[in-house]
Amino acid sequence: MNAIDHHWQRFTLKQKLSRYAVYLVLVMAFVQSIQSVEVIPEFLLDAPEQMADMFSRMWPMDFAYYPVTVHDAMIETLNIATLGTLITLIFAIPLALMNASNIVSSTWCHWISKFFLVSSRSVNSLVWALLFVSIFGPGVIAGVLAIAFRSIGFVGKLLGEALEEVNMGSIEALKATGASWLSILLKGYWPQVLPAFFSIVLFRWDINVRESAVLGLVGAGGIGVVLDDSMNLFQWDRVAVSLLAIFIIVILAEILVVNVRKRLI
Amino acid sequence: MSVTQSSVEHSNFLEIRNLKKEYTAGNPILKGIDIHITEPGIVAIIGPSGTGKSTLLRCINRLIDPTEGKILFDNADLCLAKGAQLRKLRRQVGMVFQEYNLVERLTVIENVLTGRLGYMSAWQAWRRKFSQQDINTAFELLDAVGLTEHASKRADSLSGGQRQRVGIARAVMQNPRILLADEPTSSLDPKTAVEIMELLERFSQEKNIPALVNIHDVKLASRFAKRMIGMSNGVVVYDGPPEGITDEHLKQIYGGESWLA
Amino acid sequence: MAGVNSTRLGANKDRENPFKHNWLVSSLWLLVVCYIVYSFNAMDLSLGRISDGLGHASDLLARMVPPNFSRWSLLLSGLIESLEIAVISSICGIFISLFLGLFAARNLMPSWISTPVRALIALCRTFHPVIIAILFVKSVGFGALAGILTLVVASIGFIAKLFAEAIEEISLKQVEAIRATGAGFTSIILFSVMPQVFARFIGFSTYQLDSNLRNSTMVGIVGAGGLGGTLFSAFQRFDYDFVAAILIVIIALIMFGEFLSNIVRHIFR
Ligand SMILES: Nc1ncnc2c1ncn2[C@@H]1O[C@H](COP(=O)(O)OP(=O)(O)OP(=O)(O)O)[C@@H](O)[C@H]1O
Ligand SMILES: [Mg+2]
Repeated sequence: MNAIDHHWQRFTLKQKLSRYAVYLVLVMAFVQSIQSVEVIPEFLLDAPEQMADMFSRMWPMDFAYYPVTVHDAMIETLNIATLGTLITLIFAIPLALMNASNIVSSTWCHWISKFFLVSSRSVNSLVWALLFVSIFGPGVIAGVLAIAFRSIGFVGKLLGEALEEVNMGSIEALKATGASWLSILLKGYWPQVLPAFFSIVLFRWDINVRESAVLGLVGAGGIGVVLDDSMNLFQWDRVAVSLLAIFIIVILAEILVVNVRKRLI
Repeated sequence: MSVTQSSVEHSNFLEIRNLKKEYTAGNPILKGIDIHITEPGIVAIIGPSGTGKSTLLRCINRLIDPTEGKILFDNADLCLAKGAQLRKLRRQVGMVFQEYNLVERLTVIENVLTGRLGYMSAWQAWRRKFSQQDINTAFELLDAVGLTEHASKRADSLSGGQRQRVGIARAVMQNPRILLADEPTSSLDPKTAVEIMELLERFSQEKNIPALVNIHDVKLASRFAKRMIGMSNGVVVYDGPPEGITDEHLKQIYGGESWLA
Repeated sequence: MAGVNSTRLGANKDRENPFKHNWLVSSLWLLVVCYIVYSFNAMDLSLGRISDGLGHASDLLARMVPPNFSRWSLLLSGLIESLEIAVISSICGIFISLFLGLFAARNLMPSWISTPVRALIALCRTFHPVIIAILFVKSVGFGALAGILTLVVASIGFIAKLFAEAIEEISLKQVEAIRATGAGFTSIILFSVMPQVFARFIGFSTYQLDSNLRNSTMVGIVGAGGLGGTLFSAFQRFDYDFVAAILIVIIALIMFGEFLSNIVRHIFR
């Protein structure tokens, strides 16, 4: 019965080797990084104490500061996020149309739209903000444009994918009636991607609310400016108020988006 | 068949005493079940949908906790077992599921080998360090259920009948002292269903253990079972040889008679 | 056609257009227009300022070309530090997230474990990495350590949640079957949960590696180490040709990262 010992293998040798190669590279990169990164171990050990110290200075919060500056700055932050999201659409919708292979068949168009979409996503919103601050000077314009430009890639890519997933049968039926290109877009594609469109835009708006809260750190307006000021003056009780305000707005935005999306779908 | 049986002395495989189960308080599903299993071979449990057959089987290996009563198995009360002891008892109870419940992304042979997990430490499991003997046994079992050439296919690429064979091999791999099968043939065509029943019968003979099988097909049940248990409304209403079941009994179990024809 | 119909039916009433005018949509458009007008006012935006800016923009672009790679050693050291931050924080973050994700899965864990873990994950998600970075910079000082801690927190907030959701979507039947063999908790996880979620975990992890790579080039702007610091000071010194060089390197790095993670996904598919 037990003359031969059986063997079983989960993967082929090649699969096994390439997996091990990935693990090996990861471990090596990790060890190499740990060894060469400039981290002072004492600082790490000290961190909990320092954090506790920082948080103790935040309490009690200076709530009186809220109506003075925080409130207006919060409104400004929301405006940056919202207006930025709206402006994104001006660029993102045409790029999404160009990127959807079932709408535009020219490879050239695909490459061009891809280039813009990828560049938009590769540059962080904070870096976009730095760029726009050096163009327009410090202020909300830089913030709005940073949000808008960073979002183009996100909205354009997802919207393009949604467009590619529409049911082509009904589009062909419309084409067969001799409808013009624009009316095919409006009566064929648009109704089908409508839920996806709103859900993408809302999702991005939610992200933008978070992002617009930090743009002020490089001078692009909003609550970040207030946060930066009080931090530079070591007014931790005021920092805490700003942080709390951000926290609440972010949570509210998320709740809003989740609920609206539930109704949409 | 009866020769081998009579040569075995009557042993205490499983004893269920006054077993009760309520999912919601005050609404009992099992209302005091008494079953004593002393002989190897297939024991078929029949009864209408919703009467608590699955609940009974799942109480036996404690996938659900009974509300009241005793399940005596291997000189211990399964109802009281906890932690390591529970796992030790569980590994001696092999379970076959209606929907096979294979781990779909593992290969066939790996699925069979998972039957040994109850015997391995977490550390051995982490390293997938199955003993050579286990691996050999797994291949022998796979051979016995006729799936040798499928050993390194992924489980989700098999047909229903093939999956159920793997499910049985996995249960037998546990080296169980009893097999439980919850409607093992309900999702299969009639011919495959017979083959699966034959497999269960064969293993219960080879291993000299009882197999409790929930089954809806009364004909199929009486063909293979040594003993039939009829359940209705959470109580046992018939317990005896398959030949003893009359239309009267079936009426009592399932209610109505138009379906008897 | 319509005329024929109406004379035959003898009804003079016009039928309603089946494409109904959707008042909800129209009012939404109106709302958007009003909002745009309001926000331009509220934020003091004017077309004049924007067109002024466009003049500056062409100026800026002119100063960005050609990109200046002469200070390549500074660039390289920033790049390496960014990479180190990304690697360390991804590996630590993914490792911690594996456990947190498991503990946060409501179908495997009792609620007294999963609820607090979910709250912790949600907390990690709420704040933008830059804010977390500032807090870490203030408490552990400038440098890579703050960056690493930040991205570990950000990774937890993102993938621990995805891990938990993936685990919550598994088939419990397979788990039950393994439990029925008498396997212990660890074996159940290894042989019934992991096979079902492993491929998705790899996907999430490579995605996180990608996004940590992006963020590691950003946290430096607030002093948490890496290429971002180099970029920020170049901006402050108006070295726009150097800025362009750094941006090119960052984009190349991110594309390289995407390329690598595609390979990894392919291997583990
Ligand atoms: N997890 C549960 N929670 C609450 N009630 C349950 C649960 N599982 C089963 N029940 C109830 O217990 C009763 C018996 O169910 P069970 O699955 O044991 O029936 P069954 O005899 O196996 O039926 P079938 O032949 O259809 O499989 C049913 O009324 C069912 O609604
Ligand atoms: Mg059942």
